[in-house]
Amino acid sequence: MRRFVVGIAAFCAFSAAFAEAILADEQPARVQTALGARSGYTYMGPDTQALQDDDFSNPGMLWVDEGEKLWSTAAGPDGKSCQSCHGDARTSMRTVATRYPAFSPQLGRVISLEQQINYSRTAHQHADAFPYESEQLIALTAFISSQARGLPMNVSVDGPAAASFERGKTFFYQRRGQYNLSCANCHEQHAGDHLRGESISQGQLNGFPIYRELWQAMGSVDRMFAWCNQAVRAEPFAPGSQEYVDLELFERWRGRGLLIESPAVRR
Amino acid sequence: MADLILTRRDALAGMGATFLLLTAFPIRSFAADADTAEAIKAQFGDAVAQDGKVTLKLPALAETGNSVAITCTVDSPMTDTDRVARVVIFANRNPRPLIATMLFGPKAGQSVFSTNMRLSGTQDVIAIAEMADKSLWKATTRVKVTVGACDTLQSRY
Amino acid sequence: MPNTRIKVPETATAGDIVEIRAVIQHPMENGFNVTSAGVIIPVEIITDFVCEYDGGEVFRVKLEPGLSANPYFSFFLKATKTGPVDFHWLDQNGTKTDASVTLMVT
Repeated sequence: MRRFVVGIAAFCAFSAAFAEAILADEQPARVQTALGARSGYTYMGPDTQALQDDDFSNPGMLWVDEGEKLWSTAAGPDGKSCQSCHGDARTSMRTVATRYPAFSPQLGRVISLEQQINYSRTAHQHADAFPYESEQLIALTAFISSQARGLPMNVSVDGPAAASFERGKTFFYQRRGQYNLSCANCHEQHAGDHLRGESISQGQLNGFPIYRELWQAMGSVDRMFAWCNQAVRAEPFAPGSQEYVDLELFERWRGRGLLIESPAVRR
Repeated sequence: MADLILTRRDALAGMGATFLLLTAFPIRSFAADADTAEAIKAQFGDAVAQDGKVTLKLPALAETGNSVAITCTVDSPMTDTDRVARVVIFANRNPRPLIATMLFGPKAGQSVFSTNMRLSGTQDVIAIAEMADKSLWKATTRVKVTVGACDTLQSRY
Repeated sequence: MPNTRIKVPETATAGDIVEIRAVIQHPMENGFNVTSAGVIIPVEIITDFVCEYDGGEVFRVKLEPGLSANPYFSFFLKATKTGPVDFHWLDQNGTKTDASVTLMVT
């Protein structure tokens, strides 16, 4: 029985290697950096890439449009919108997506972009925070992130962010779930190899929030992490949990230099 | 651990078993071709469609079945009398073979359209065009749809 | 009201065949997805789309769950005179979504 299974495994490994050799990839240089980091874009097929490149048919842009409307919508008792303080997002939000997650002096910990948006809403607009994965929060995150398109990810991991970074790094290399796999097992050791019909990406975050074909909807980084944890049959953490913020910080450092592509389209 | 060393017999047995496994158990639920014939009959009755006039542009290999781009062109002058009334698209292995019905109105410029469809697996996409004179024309294209390992997670998490 | 995006050329010459593109934000639930609790999400789709111009229909679609989410259509109209190009979507609950863009024809 065991030899049987090994025989099947050998056959699958052989076909996987063969398939990888056939599907050689030549991708535009703009999505690779000298560190060898590769955007998820480079692991997509031509149709998916074309969908992302065309701003009209990129489904993610529907959420960016929504976010743009929300940006100038008044909220809270003072009737202020994001625009009231931050003005034109094209200038004021230009580099934001490259810097988050970042240490928040007000909250005393590293926070994600979603959490920063909600902090501004509650502390400055005196309005209710948006729930995680709500249409509005994703739309605003997508709108703000898309302002940084073409700029390299550049998160700070020293000083007050150092502890969060270390925790995120530990998470990335820690095995979990019934399948007992760590993020690194697939996304570092086997990036570029194939799991059945699809190639494993490096799991970079420069395109988030993404329109994921599998979800037929937009999703945040937290949704992706929760999905990945479920995929290895591990209990996912709650959205907005510090574990996921720490992991996001480490991940964005790992892909530093990759250009922001939000909203990206992925399988 | 001597029994983990792969002998030639093991490799051949493995390959044979894999082949049997892959062919014996279909990965997704498929409609029978009879369901597709029924769906076509529901739209067009007993009329028979000839091959021709319709051109389908579809990827030979779709990396995700969730969104497959399709462009359908029907060869027609689109005059008041000589024109395309409607085009109906079918996917013969989807759980519901009927995908959509497209109708060209009097202000249509050309008998061409594009949209994105869902394909549950490798199968044939069939487009049947009904002309103003009630004649039917069709085109069939095979699209391979790859399946990713992680995609087998059913839930919407 | 679901978000829509329309692409109509700003100007055209009479007699030109111009491409029209339209997309509406909608999950097009096909009834095969399940929540994380294992409950089937019921079918929830846009059922009809129509584009009208110069007093007549350009293109109409009867949608089924087999179309992708955020249904996208590209089609062609023949420019005749300046006027609105109207878009209407109808979902299975009878909710209508409308959009309109003016096409300038010289």
